[in-house]
Amino acid sequence: MLKKRIGAALIVKDNWVVQSIGFKKYLPVGRPEIAVEFLNQWGIDEIILLDISATKNKTSVSPNLVSTCAKYCRVPLAVGGGITRIEQMENLLHSGADKITLSSSLGSNKNLISAGARQFGDQCMVAVIDFIRTEKGYYEVFDYLTGKSSGKSVIEYAKQLEQAAAGEILLQSVDRDGNYTGFEIELYRQVCNHVHIPVIALGGAGKAKHFIELFKNTEVSAACAGNIFHFTEHSVNMLKAQLVKEKNKIRMETHADYAHKQFDDKGRLLKEDDQYLKELLFIKIEKEVI
Amino acid sequence: MKKNIAIIDYGVGNTHSVKEAIELLDFDVIISDKPEKLNKADALILPGVGAFEAAMNNLRERDLIAALNKMVLEKRKPLLGICLGMQLFADDSEENGLHKGLGWISGKVKRIQDEPKLRVPHVGWNDIDVINQSPLFDRLQNKRNFYFDHSYHFVCKDEKTVAAKVNYGKGLVAAVKKNNIHGVQFHPEKSQITGLRLLKGFLNSI
Repeated sequence: MLKKRIGAALIVKDNWVVQSIGFKKYLPVGRPEIAVEFLNQWGIDEIILLDISATKNKTSVSPNLVSTCAKYCRVPLAVGGGITRIEQMENLLHSGADKITLSSSLGSNKNLISAGARQFGDQCMVAVIDFIRTEKGYYEVFDYLTGKSSGKSVIEYAKQLEQAAAGEILLQSVDRDGNYTGFEIELYRQVCNHVHIPVIALGGAGKAKHFIELFKNTEVSAACAGNIFHFTEHSVNMLKAQLVKEKNKIRMETHADYAHKQFDDKGRLLKEDDQYLKELLFIKIEKEVI
Repeated sequence: MKKNIAIIDYGVGNTHSVKEAIELLDFDVIISDKPEKLNKADALILPGVGAFEAAMNNLRERDLIAALNKMVLEKRKPLLGICLGMQLFADDSEENGLHKGLGWISGKVKRIQDEPKLRVPHVGWNDIDVINQSPLFDRLQNKRNFYFDHSYHFVCKDEKTVAAKVNYGKGLVAAVKKNNIHGVQFHPEKSQITGLRLLKGFLNSI
């Protein structure tokens, strides 16, 4: 059975991982390779590294940065930011990236994704669409260079990108970026009905309940989050434990699986009773041998 | 003495992460496209991310096909093909036109059939079902969750060469085995500890 993926979006700005709020405000978190190392240990299913400063600085995501991160990455690593040429993709894949994400460059040149797919296979190409919900309830493609909606319909654009040989589509909500209110479920439901490639949701994740609702109501293949994975020890496996409890089909293979633990409604771990903690002192945990 | 593993470098594919994974398991690794260097290794790995045609062209341009035939078919050097590397074992592939493969394991590479509700490419973590035992699966300890990412799949002519299957649509080949030739459709180098266990199983068998 194919599992739903839980991915981490590492937003990188000028070589630092940041938490992003509304595509406007940024809080520094730390070095990308450290984040990658911890996310791996905590059992993330996939990492998507997006360099949001690359296009504005007229460069592309740095192959050096990718190779430093790839060293610690035992799960698939998709990278993106400012990629406009096949040679850049080749360079990034050789530096340890597994997939290439394309976003703003597709606005003017959809052939880039077709050309990439011919060279590296369509499974390697991830199209990223940033979107907003208008007051009338339409979903429109957002252009982050101008900071405005481009007026294009998200569903039409997603279909065009599928035609152009995108392997997956990542849809990111601008309105919900960093506001912890849950995913834009209605849009994901609509897009999943219109395309046959895997759809990835990003934007708005705040707690386990949001993932549960997303998986229950849509056919997305993966859900990503950025901000919630930072500054909390075991953020990934604790989230997954809550999803497993609700019978979601998730990969859970970390040693610390939080199987019989209790969480509060914000997803914070509740304290065990004193007797159990006392007994814990005498339990021997064997080191895993590969 | 440490066993020596050679990763075949043919211009496509993520050689980097395969190398990292094998080094983590404490084996010596080289990445090379020189037949004399590959010949000295105890085992070969044929990685691959990319398109079939580009991969075969690259092998041809580097004059590797005859050399590999000799090492793998005559000298029976252990070989592990990963993802596209495994698909290259087939007779031919219909990815972007019809292209001839290495022809080591009889079969064809076809696009995963579009069915309603079935998304292509097949991306994500899926469980494999072992059909024919192989040293690759020796150390898995009941875990069988691996990362897949492919739009095309290997249709084996001889069922005996199928080592494992994966439940997606009508069921796809997840691993193949014929004598010294092993291949996996998924990415063990990207499947965390379970992937490392599989690689260790292969490396211990050489």
